[in-house]
Amino acid sequence: MVLIDGFSVLKTINFSSRRNLGSPVTVARTYNTRNIDELILLDIDASKQNRAIDKFTIMDIATELFMPLTVGGGIKTTKDIEMALKMGADKVAINSEVLRKPSIIREAAQEFGQQCITVSIDIKKVSNSYKIYSHTHGLLLDLCLFDFCKQVEQLGAGELLINNVSQDGLMEGPDLALITLITNLVTIPVIAAGGISAPSDCTQVIEAGALAVAAASIFHFTSYTPNECKESMKANGISVRL
Amino acid sequence: MIVVIDNKMGNIRSVTNALSVLGAEYIVTQQPSDLAKADGVILPGVGHFQKAMFNLNQAGFTEEIVNYSKLGKPLLGICLGMQLLFDSSEEGGSQRGLSLIEGKVLSLKKRVNNLAVPHIGWNDLKIKKSILLGGVSDGDCAYFVHSYAVSTVEQNVIATTDYGLDIVAAVEKGHIYGVQFHPEKSQSSGLKILGNFIKLC
Repeated sequence: MVLIDGFSVLKTINFSSRRNLGSPVTVARTYNTRNIDELILLDIDASKQNRAIDKFTIMDIATELFMPLTVGGGIKTTKDIEMALKMGADKVAINSEVLRKPSIIREAAQEFGQQCITVSIDIKKVSNSYKIYSHTHGLLLDLCLFDFCKQVEQLGAGELLINNVSQDGLMEGPDLALITLITNLVTIPVIAAGGISAPSDCTQVIEAGALAVAAASIFHFTSYTPNECKESMKANGISVRL
Repeated sequence: MIVVIDNKMGNIRSVTNALSVLGAEYIVTQQPSDLAKADGVILPGVGHFQKAMFNLNQAGFTEEIVNYSKLGKPLLGICLGMQLLFDSSEEGGSQRGLSLIEGKVLSLKKRVNNLAVPHIGWNDLKIKKSILLGGVSDGDCAYFVHSYAVSTVEQNVIATTDYGLDIVAAVEKGHIYGVQFHPEKSQSSGLKILGNFIKLC
């Protein structure tokens, strides 16, 4: 997973406290050689700035990336989705607009097929309960996370990306209880992001019920490689591509 | 030169990105007459069988592709593009396919139990020896996104994958090739396959 602020790759903690890590194209090039299975590129400032993720950034990355590419950031309309797919994305992740207008999921799935619509949800744990966090507005929503996940599935999302904002960038280990709660509720694939600190965490995330693990900091700031994560998963009996 | 058919469906940029990286000379075209200059043809495609055949018919590609196939030059169908090579599809209603290889395309939903359809993701290939798949090993993974799969006679099949049942992953009949997965999204194994196709052209 790669987070950008329009044009530069960011390292974030709880999605704030930023550090600039340079060009997303360079980072994508590195990942392309490192045998990851999919790249998720999210522009976390796009919605706030009322724009969609930059199409040339998508295009430049797609040119050098021979694996599935999911892009998100400010995706509001079927036009935005069409643009992202045309530029070389295989899937789009919709987040803020789903909070404002859930029916975008149905519209998008009908036009482009369920397989390319990923719904991304930012979640914070506050005094032992899980809340949906609106990154655009910087506030917690008074919306039941679990009802919302079910609604998203019913509307036709192909996949759910859950970002545990409380764990983001901390590399303190993922919140496995949250993953199990959500994966017990929905039948669509769930990708879990947030908190991965060691290859063994990846195994735990899958055992907790997620279909895939997304990670960023561990690859930027530790010596662990994607292959080491996969080898550790394989050693624990999880089927992976090596 | 490789001619990539733009059937106005889905994203063909990934395919041409791969061709560029592999150093192939290619054009992307909506003009059936361009097939006359082709040393190889790629028919990509994402979307609906019926709509795709309708578009090919409308644009006048159907007849030109059939004529081209008789020249003994290589043709590669990718994903929906592979399915179009066959006689018919459960997604096609009464719309016939190109009938370059005998067989039909069946819905996965009716045949796989307890597994998600569309089938999306990396799956390992069981490979029979063929020029197209040269250098790719048994067990190497490819990236699939599909809801329908081909049913054809054994001798046309050069690779399968297991998704609840044996799914036809690649076919070869004479100079006609098809891959159900996306080689342009399948990392080094996928690029090897496209590279092999380029060499055939």
